[in-house]
Amino acid sequence: MSVLFKYLLNTILLCSYCLILFYYLNNMRRLLIISLIFFATACKDFKEKKEVGTIESVLPEQKFNQDIELEIYDFEGFNKFLNRKDEKTYVINFWATWCGPCVKELPYFEKLNAEYKGEGVEVILVSLDFPHVYESKLKPFILKNKLKSKVVVLNDDNENKWINAIDKSWSGSIPATIIYTKNERKFFERSFTFEELEEEVKQLK
Amino acid sequence: MMKKVFKLIPLIALVFFVSAFSNDNTTHNHGYDVGDVIEDFKLKNIDGKMVSLSDYKDAKGFIITFTCNTCPFAIAYEDRIIALDKKYASKGYPVIAINPNNPEAKPGDSFEAMKTRAKEKGFTFPYLVDEGQKIYPKFGATKTPHNYVVQKTKKGMVVKYIGAIDDSSRNPEAVSETYLEDAVDALLAGEEVKTKKTKAIGCTIKV
Repeated sequence: MSVLFKYLLNTILLCSYCLILFYYLNNMRRLLIISLIFFATACKDFKEKKEVGTIESVLPEQKFNQDIELEIYDFEGFNKFLNRKDEKTYVINFWATWCGPCVKELPYFEKLNAEYKGEGVEVILVSLDFPHVYESKLKPFILKNKLKSKVVVLNDDNENKWINAIDKSWSGSIPATIIYTKNERKFFERSFTFEELEEEVKQLK
Repeated sequence: MMKKVFKLIPLIALVFFVSAFSNDNTTHNHGYDVGDVIEDFKLKNIDGKMVSLSDYKDAKGFIITFTCNTCPFAIAYEDRIIALDKKYASKGYPVIAINPNNPEAKPGDSFEAMKTRAKEKGFTFPYLVDEGQKIYPKFGATKTPHNYVVQKTKKGMVVKYIGAIDDSSRNPEAVSETYLEDAVDALLAGEEVKTKKTKAIGCTIKV
């Protein structure tokens, strides 16, 4: 709404400027003052926008240069992420760097995390990568794609036990996603688009 | 205000669409269960010949594995599948490997790539192409690797075990439960299979 309002204001300003130009064509001094005021406001607007832009583009660059520490859990340790009893909506996505459909949908989870953070939604990306690729593939992937959602690693050999514990209906293929609040829980063994994710989150809230 | 109302219309439509879709998913996932009799199939092997279960006159049953070239979990199990065939083919339970992936969706699973991989690893068993992706849905396979043990009975080929080969895909040295071997051993001994279904992480079948 505010963008629309700004456009409207600018149009009105521009029109009045034309009118003034027409009426005061022979009075050069006044015209100079008016145009100075007009350009000053326009410039101020432009400057503000530019500042916002630079902050966003610099931050991930800094992050890229840092090393990251992986949070690695066995199922017992990881279980706490599935059973939080606060006011938030948790979106737990099981993925791996080698899983094509998972990598494809990661940006949607990232977008969800960014856009709904303020509304109490937290995305947790659970990597199921093999331990021998943590350094060679997983860390570089997180850094390269500048993942901002929380990434944890689940490393537990006894899959038959924890797949059933997470959801009885899960056959074990990924991507898989859990969306839960303290009152309700949904499990999905499928891929998502951003709109589908957004819809599921809205339904639970 | 009007804008908000307009925004809501596609969302409501989406709710209906998504709920319809998720219902659909749960009903479609069902394939053979333990105890079901399976239909025979006729699939192309990497040597170009067609293979059916009925070709194996002396087999007591089969270890059927849906696997592929590209999935890290499938690759992690290749050596263990070869070992299974070595151990059980002579006892009447040979391995039949089927690649369910559509090579158009996963070029690394093309017929040529399958031939190369089988040669590299020295597969001692047929490595079949599920052309048109028609056989894997009958089994209800959802991922690679996804394994089935079937036993020849008077009724036909009966599913006796569905699931993982063992309890440690990541580390062959950390295996403590050999589910699939236990199932075949039980069948060979004329006993009931104790653990009939297990689960493991795998790669979604690419169609």
